[in-house]
Amino acid sequence: MRTSNVSKAILVLALAASHMALAAETEVSDSDRIAQYREMISDGNPADFDEMAGETLWKTPGGPNKASLETCDLGKGAGVVKGVYTALPRYFKDTGKVQDLESRLLTCMTTIQGIPEEAITAKPFNSDKKKSDISSLATYVVGQSKGMKMKVSVRHPKEKEAYEIGKRIFNYRAGPYDFACSTCHATSNVRIRLQDLPNFNVKKDAQSAYSSWPAYRVSQGQTRSFQWRLNDCFRQQRFPEPKFVSEATIDLAMFLAVSANGVEYAGPGLKR
Amino acid sequence: MGNPMKIRASVKDGVTEVKVLMQHEMATGLGKDAEGALIPAWFITEVKAQHQGRTVMEAQWGQSISKNPYVVFRFKGGAAGEKVTVTWIDNKGDSRIDEAVISA
Repeated sequence: MRTSNVSKAILVLALAASHMALAAETEVSDSDRIAQYREMISDGNPADFDEMAGETLWKTPGGPNKASLETCDLGKGAGVVKGVYTALPRYFKDTGKVQDLESRLLTCMTTIQGIPEEAITAKPFNSDKKKSDISSLATYVVGQSKGMKMKVSVRHPKEKEAYEIGKRIFNYRAGPYDFACSTCHATSNVRIRLQDLPNFNVKKDAQSAYSSWPAYRVSQGQTRSFQWRLNDCFRQQRFPEPKFVSEATIDLAMFLAVSANGVEYAGPGLKR
Repeated sequence: MGNPMKIRASVKDGVTEVKVLMQHEMATGLGKDAEGALIPAWFITEVKAQHQGRTVMEAQWGQSISKNPYVVFRFKGGAAGEKVTVTWIDNKGDSRIDEAVISA
């Protein structure tokens, strides 16, 4: 009995000592280590392959109309891809709607190439079985805005409206968990998982988060589009799954994009 | 025939740094698909890099290497304009050779 108590005490001491040793060693925080990891792999982003695939898709005639997307107007004139992502989402006169990149690509693919909308929206995200064309196209287009400043406008009344609705969606609590986007993305220095989540009320956080999407997710082995990012946020909140490029997702994207205005766009990014 | 690699090589102070990004599924053989069936192992087993006919890096790989692997290595020698070739072979016997020109 006595010996076991003594050995317990020794064990406790040993544990305490090892804890102290550990504390002295780990002055580098978890987020520093993640930053270090990102730095190490930032040169070898497999999203580059999606960009290459997207460029080919953009330039190659396709769909029932055998047309390429080089006449597609993403906001800066027909066929222009350079820098268009810095001003998206935006209001488009021809459709009379505020559109984000993916919904605009959908418009072009249906009108110019004649691809039925359902054929694209049925499986709009990359999976292990199949690469999504619209996702690769989006990766290519965002890559053409790398290093340029985000400048999303809210001058048009429809743009202003989208921004306001997006802001409300961001703060709207609902679902079985009574969650809102803001539950996890409006407080600093509090964690709900290992990695710090960006606080969208802080300009710097909003900027670094927005400018690094779309991104290649190492843990999933896929490049993830911005529509996927929002879709998965809704899933994590246990909300009903939003429709691909639905107004709610575009309005929310508008709010997030405007929050990030002024930052140099740095995507396609690379995530853990 | 696998998908192309992305290779960048640059020389500085007599040392050439080569960065290779490969496209490969790298299935471990332990994963399951949506129906619960095992996904057969499919991974790169050998990687070899050559400079002017000389092998500068050789590696034997297994299941623990990630999907779309990224490799960085350095070797002594090499000059701007010369070529580096990288080859991989996988367990299904498929292979891929790509080359890059060393930049200054």
